[in-house]
Amino acid sequence: MDRKIRILIGKPGLDGHDRGAKYIARALRDAGMEVIYTGIRQTPDAIANAAIQEDVDFVGLSLLSGAHNHLFPEVARLLADKGGSDIILFGGGVIPEEDIPGLKEAGFKAIFTPGTPATEVVDFIEQEIQTR
Amino acid sequence: MSRKYRPAEPPAEVVGSELDLQSCKADDFVRRVRNNDQRGLSRVLSMVENGHPLASTILHSLFAPERLCLTIGITGPPGAGKSTLTNRLIASYRRHGNKVGVIAVDPSSPFSGGALLGDRVRMQEHASDPGVFIRSMANRGHLGGLSGTTRDALEILAAASYNPVLVETMGVGQAEVEIASLADITLLVLVPGLGDDVQTMKAGIMEIGNIIVLNKADRPGIEQLELSVNASLDLIPDPADRPPVIRCSAQTGEGIEELTDAIGNYSASGTGRKAIALGRTMLILNSIIREKGRELARTLIMDRYGSIEEAIESILEGETTPYRIGEMLSGYLNNKRENENECKRD
Repeated sequence: MDRKIRILIGKPGLDGHDRGAKYIARALRDAGMEVIYTGIRQTPDAIANAAIQEDVDFVGLSLLSGAHNHLFPEVARLLADKGGSDIILFGGGVIPEEDIPGLKEAGFKAIFTPGTPATEVVDFIEQEIQTR
Repeated sequence: MSRKYRPAEPPAEVVGSELDLQSCKADDFVRRVRNNDQRGLSRVLSMVENGHPLASTILHSLFAPERLCLTIGITGPPGAGKSTLTNRLIASYRRHGNKVGVIAVDPSSPFSGGALLGDRVRMQEHASDPGVFIRSMANRGHLGGLSGTTRDALEILAAASYNPVLVETMGVGQAEVEIASLADITLLVLVPGLGDDVQTMKAGIMEIGNIIVLNKADRPGIEQLELSVNASLDLIPDPADRPPVIRCSAQTGEGIEELTDAIGNYSASGTGRKAIALGRTMLILNSIIREKGRELARTLIMDRYGSIEEAIESILEGETTPYRIGEMLSGYLNNKRENENECKRD
């Protein structure tokens, strides 16, 4: 069996700054993973649906607008509703340190803030895939 | 009047939880696909893509070549607007109440094996519509514009009663024509500005469109493109074989109605259900012959030399040549035929 790691990179909400999301998508592609990029301004429901249809192992969300405390947990909730509670969630963007524990509680395995080297994200994924 | 006691129906199986996906058997997966259970359906697509041990049992159960499912292939060069056009076609079929399946193929990196699958970006407006199932596939090194398992993914979406299924190829060059044998109708999407009229005279991709779509019709150069495409089609001897040429702009939606009408006309006038069943069966059997044939040849070489690497070593040491190994394989087939003939005579 030739299994590829599949990851959805999505941008929920109204923030249109996708440089970071594209940078990570590209880095994961170069690490040999299949990355589904859904583009900007997605509803949490659209992201959760896409994750189910694409049968991804991971969903990575990027947000720079400050609405992460609302939108990230909403994606987690909808994913679980659709039978995807085993999909590993991670996030990134401009996220204050004090918000991270709350997001982790909502089901996010890791939050990557500005300045994180792409290799750190790749390492995280390669480590987490072992648990699946 | 007394009412007879009827035992309660057994509770419907809880679907969608990841735990039972792990312990599922082939017929559970078959049932999930037929019920259009999203999680089960998408997992089966992955199993097929990854060559999971249960995959061929599931495909065997789902195989139904006479099933009515219109397959529309969408092909053309990179950036021609295939995804945007697919998006328009989804909207159009949804308005008619169809459940639409989409398979969108993008290339894998020849270096890392990874892929960036970005076709969904143009189909965002359908992401929350339960009547639309979109699946992105990386070609994983397969040549021809599709992935090696696109044909199986198509069978699965058809079994989940999506109709039509739109298959968007990777951006193609001049000779990636596999879609023509997979789809009932192939749309060749061309855009202005990609070359002179000699390009439209070349063999290969220009020959496979059942409908030729001239996209980005609002751009300069569209007249020139239409002229050269028509000049090239003028040389087709039988006018009945001449594909319609449709100008449109997937961006603005202009010309999309003409396109769906042309698709409707083609599928109404075209080959019957039997012919489509025949074509689909031939395609699947031929690709299985190709795959298994390769496996068989490899196994025979490994039986003789231990491994492919050792075979290469003995070639480099001058003990044999690739052609001699080829003869060995033919010899094996001839022996087998002779043995079978003898058995028949006995």
